[in-house]
Amino acid sequence: MGAFLLLTVTTAFRVLSRNRLRAGLTVLGIVIGVAAVIAMISIGQGAKAAVRSQVASMGTNVIIILPGATTTGGVRGGQGSAVSLTVADAQDLKKRIPLLTDTAWGKRDVMQVVYGNRNWNAPVNGISPGYLTIRDWSYSSGVPFTQTDMDVAARVALVGQTVVDNLFEPGEEPVGATIRLKNVPFVVIGVLEPKGQSSQGTDQDDIVFIPFTTAERKVLGTQFLGSIGAIFASTDRTEDLPEAVVQIREVIRARHRLQPDQADDFTVRTQIDIAAVQEGTGQTLTVMLFAIASISLLVGGIGIMNILLVSVTERTKEIGVRMAVGAKRRHILLQFLIEAMSLSLFGGLLGILLGVVCARATTVVAGWPTIISLESIAAAFVFSLAVGLFFGLYPANKASRLNPIDALRYE
Amino acid sequence: MGSLIECRDLWKVYRLGDVQVQALRGVTVDIQRGEFLAIMGASGSGKSTLMNIIGCLDSPTSGTYRLSDTDVGSLDSDALAEVRNREIGFVFQNFNLIPRTSALENVQLPLFYRGLPLREQRARAAEALARIGLKGREHHYPAQLSGGQQQRVAIARALVSTPSILLADEPTGNLDTESSREIMTVLENLNRDEGITVIVVTHEADIAAYTSREIIIKDGQIVTDRARTAVSAGGR
Repeated sequence: MGAFLLLTVTTAFRVLSRNRLRAGLTVLGIVIGVAAVIAMISIGQGAKAAVRSQVASMGTNVIIILPGATTTGGVRGGQGSAVSLTVADAQDLKKRIPLLTDTAWGKRDVMQVVYGNRNWNAPVNGISPGYLTIRDWSYSSGVPFTQTDMDVAARVALVGQTVVDNLFEPGEEPVGATIRLKNVPFVVIGVLEPKGQSSQGTDQDDIVFIPFTTAERKVLGTQFLGSIGAIFASTDRTEDLPEAVVQIREVIRARHRLQPDQADDFTVRTQIDIAAVQEGTGQTLTVMLFAIASISLLVGGIGIMNILLVSVTERTKEIGVRMAVGAKRRHILLQFLIEAMSLSLFGGLLGILLGVVCARATTVVAGWPTIISLESIAAAFVFSLAVGLFFGLYPANKASRLNPIDALRYE
Repeated sequence: MGSLIECRDLWKVYRLGDVQVQALRGVTVDIQRGEFLAIMGASGSGKSTLMNIIGCLDSPTSGTYRLSDTDVGSLDSDALAEVRNREIGFVFQNFNLIPRTSALENVQLPLFYRGLPLREQRARAAEALARIGLKGREHHYPAQLSGGQQQRVAIARALVSTPSILLADEPTGNLDTESSREIMTVLENLNRDEGITVIVVTHEADIAAYTSREIIIKDGQIVTDRARTAVSAGGR
């Protein structure tokens, strides 16, 4: 059997190499199909990994509570347009919900940041100290601000890397420098470790943090005392997030005196929701590529079947001779099946190569992250073999059922 | 032990559309081991049908065919393939070598389907080629060989499996007289020196003249079955 297989495989390769152009054109469908599968999986996995790392950059097990939307004269404002959350809400959450390990609050506005003769527009966030822990910010230099800074409304600031790059000369030390926000001087006490892009594509390092109290009194102003832009909270374990969300809604609804038939005037979001939305976009792309891959594999398979049927007809006489000297049906069946599988395997290998090149090109040209996994290559390999087997079966069976006399007489 | 080949009242009926064609109409013949015989007849006489049945490529509509005491009619297609592989060597009019495949690999073919180890296949194929004077041509493709040489390769392929019968269907039909003479001499020697039963199907009397027994078929029946007393080697 070993000798039989070896010779059958060599025969198959000889037959195929005799008609290189024909074989090449035949496998084109398989090549494109497999390349699409490889590219699809690597782009999909790359996107997933990117989303995961972006979501992780938000901090772990983060809950964000935003003020709800207002409706004025039938026009619904955007989320957060209502001023419904207060510092008291945030402090009450911490007190009443033991599940929450940390709570913090803040408000933000984009404004001009001035250093010497340079200036830069950046989002300025007034935050309570717990925020830095919840969102997992760390420092490349300097120190964070403390509860004392908060209590005395100290004029201290933490700046992100993008702000540093735009305000300071290369090599200049930002810590200790004085920057101005709305003409109020602030001492930079720390530089934040870069986080990169957020999952929405905004630059997370283009940021200035100042104590919430300072922001409220000296920089951002306020609609009423204690109004805030968002509450942040975190739990110890990811499994606790849904329960924490339920409890947060209860507490805030009670504090806002909402009747059972009234809608929430705030929104609670967790990392899980955000990740799901992001992965959803990736999924659309994956489904599309999967459709392309299936269609080209189908077309490729039909191409192989077609060329094999031609080959069986062309070589009818040869089949007759083989039968006359003692080939059994299974020998003929196997010969053509191996030919079909060699074709599809050849196409599969070319496709894997092309797919890897495409994935790399996607990363280089479009800047999308891609991950080429061994599993996807193995899957493509097995898939192409299966296509060959499936579409080779009919022609091979047809060849093996030829009547030896008719085959020998065939001209 | 009976005859090598025992045909009893063989009938073969084809349907071509609405018309029934009776290719064989009650053929009974015995052929002994070691005979060298010719089956003759005009085209359409049924001689090819008889050859196909003897060669286990076809089965009769009725009647029995026993080869080496085996009732061939009871065998399935795999068993028939096995019988063809071990008992019968075919030589065709148009050689029927597999194109773009070396002489050696063509000769290996029956051993390949018998599942012998590659080394043995090669050795026996080379030996068979040498026996019929084609040493040194093992790696030539059929297209690089003359008609006579191609037919020798075909004979080597028929011989390599040490069959009991060598069936040659118009073996010289596509050859010039010189090559025809060579091929018939090869067959004659194989019969005389190695005792292989050789059956030649032909419509040419001078080819039949090499043989020692002559069966003439007409309209699906044997009309003449006679031994040749004076074997005129090379006579034409």
